[in-house]
Amino acid sequence: MTLELSHLSRRFTGAAALDDVSLAIAPGEFLALLGPSGSGKTTLLRILAGLDYPDSGTAQLHGRDFLAAQARERKVGLVFQHYALFRHLTVAENVAFGLRVRSRKSRPSGADISDRVGQLLKRVQLDGYGSRYPTQLSGGQRQRVALARALAVEPDLLLLDEPFGALDAQVRVTLRRWLRELHEDLGLTTVFVTHDQEEALELADRIAVMNHGRIEQVGTPEEIYQQPATPFVCEFIGKVNKLPLTCTNHGLVAGDWVLEGAPWSDRHVHAVAYVRPQHLSLGVSASRPGWTARLRHIYLAGSVAHLELDVPSIKQVLEVDVGGEDVARLGLQVGAELRVAPRRAVVFAMDGQGDDASHVERWVWQAPDTHSA
Amino acid sequence: MNGLKRQLRWPRRIARMLLILAATGFLVIFLLLPLVVVFVEALRQGIHAYLSTIGQGEALSAIRLTLLVAAISVPLNVVFGVAAAWAIARFEFRGKALLGAFIDLPFSVSPVISGLVYVLLFGAQGWFGPWLDQHGVKIIFAVPGLVLATIFITLPFVARELIPLMQSQGSDEEEAARVLGAGGWQMFFRVTLPNIRWALLYGVLLCNARAMGEFGAVSVVSGHIRGLTTTMPLEVEMRYNEYDYVGAFAVATLLALLALLTLATKTLLEWRYGNEIAAHAPGGH
Repeated sequence: MTLELSHLSRRFTGAAALDDVSLAIAPGEFLALLGPSGSGKTTLLRILAGLDYPDSGTAQLHGRDFLAAQARERKVGLVFQHYALFRHLTVAENVAFGLRVRSRKSRPSGADISDRVGQLLKRVQLDGYGSRYPTQLSGGQRQRVALARALAVEPDLLLLDEPFGALDAQVRVTLRRWLRELHEDLGLTTVFVTHDQEEALELADRIAVMNHGRIEQVGTPEEIYQQPATPFVCEFIGKVNKLPLTCTNHGLVAGDWVLEGAPWSDRHVHAVAYVRPQHLSLGVSASRPGWTARLRHIYLAGSVAHLELDVPSIKQVLEVDVGGEDVARLGLQVGAELRVAPRRAVVFAMDGQGDDASHVERWVWQAPDTHSA
Repeated sequence: MNGLKRQLRWPRRIARMLLILAATGFLVIFLLLPLVVVFVEALRQGIHAYLSTIGQGEALSAIRLTLLVAAISVPLNVVFGVAAAWAIARFEFRGKALLGAFIDLPFSVSPVISGLVYVLLFGAQGWFGPWLDQHGVKIIFAVPGLVLATIFITLPFVARELIPLMQSQGSDEEEAARVLGAGGWQMFFRVTLPNIRWALLYGVLLCNARAMGEFGAVSVVSGHIRGLTTTMPLEVEMRYNEYDYVGAFAVATLLALLALLTLATKTLLEWRYGNEIAAHAPGGH
């Protein structure tokens, strides 16, 4: 039942859109393809929909060649980023399209089609909108028509291209929850493309993070967030502080902060640590490794406060997130001097310095005692 | 301050009025007046003379021939125009820019030259002339030549109308149709065609007006055989040269009526479906 993609590659006029991508899509799962624009996620989706073909690689479903099947035989529903509703057809005719183009043998009768359309419109909460035209609908309504149209052909696999990209923030959140519920109701396999990490983290069972046509990491939102496999995933998912480390006899050093016990000992000389803003502790005792920092800004965003700390010893500005009530408890004020140290970091040994170096080993480090805040 | 404003305003108003007067006057003298003259001259000897002139065998056969030429060349142009627009708007291929330039060629070449090209190709002394003659096929000074010349002249109308529209509409809807299971023809008739229908009609209209009114290219390949190879514009010229003014203007009224009908339909299309017709439309927006 699993859809097995192996070693898919696709080039467009010299540039690789997909570069040796392998991925297994389990039945019933909600999978996000997450990446910046140009990372190949939409190309992968189009290949699944039968609108594009890879230059090499295979896709197997039930042991059969999925790519050899025509778009119409794949039982795939696709919702386009800009919906691509048929502008000259009413909402009901749009939804019925996939049924009406069937061959006479497999086409349901006119009454069955209108029944089905009615059910689907009810399902997407557009009861009574059947005789309108796409231009008479709001963005969120068009999105749901597109979804109903894709569901009308009873697909096994539902593909969504940036499903919330063109909607305003409020509609987006409502629609997101609703889509998740729909997915659970229908038990469909759903794959959606997004560049919004928050969307992927909230919705998906599993996330495939893509960059430059390659899959950087596949995992649950938890794994992606807590155990990022590559520096790219660290930087792309959530906010993060990037700290270049120097290798010394004592361990890995950034200013006054020392990391001991790297698993690669002294095999690699370059390393980088990634620390999330909420994994930095404030007010650590002077006896422990950490930095002395000056508080530059406090941005209070409801329950969370975002702080900017100037750390002279590493010549960097660190972003720190603390609970809103901690600001008062710790007596935080702009200009105040603080001791700050990471509780948790993801450390990569690198094969060189600079932005084009790639990682060779990963180490998820945790402070021995995490009750220091 | 106020006085200055007034001073500025008066010359402006006068300039505006002069411009409008000039434009209107120009239109009346160069467009409206000739049109009126056509009808006045045609009806100079009364409605009976007019009707009997049009009812003559030669005039009728000119009308029939014009309709026949248009009936063959316009549909062929529609097929070519849609295919070319589809190719250019939907696919990337080598020589795409060249194809686009070729489509515009008839606009930049003098119609007489286009006619002459066919004479050189298919005429008695032309490249394929002897071979065609042997096989008993007559193209020049016959209906096929008229059709060929007309197709050449009207080639750009449909394609030029559709290309910008199809490019701006994109292929999303067609792809959606394919994923929903539509075959190629279903996609074309259920999605593509409805989306371009008004622009297509607009192109057909312009194409038809040109096909029926074309003089230069047709004149070269026609041979002016009365009753056999004279279309309406040629008939007008021949009658005029024979000092049959009433006859010439009578046939001309038919062409003028065609022009008025085209104009009315064109305006209606632009007014009603302006946003579904490509913005570059000549005389449009």
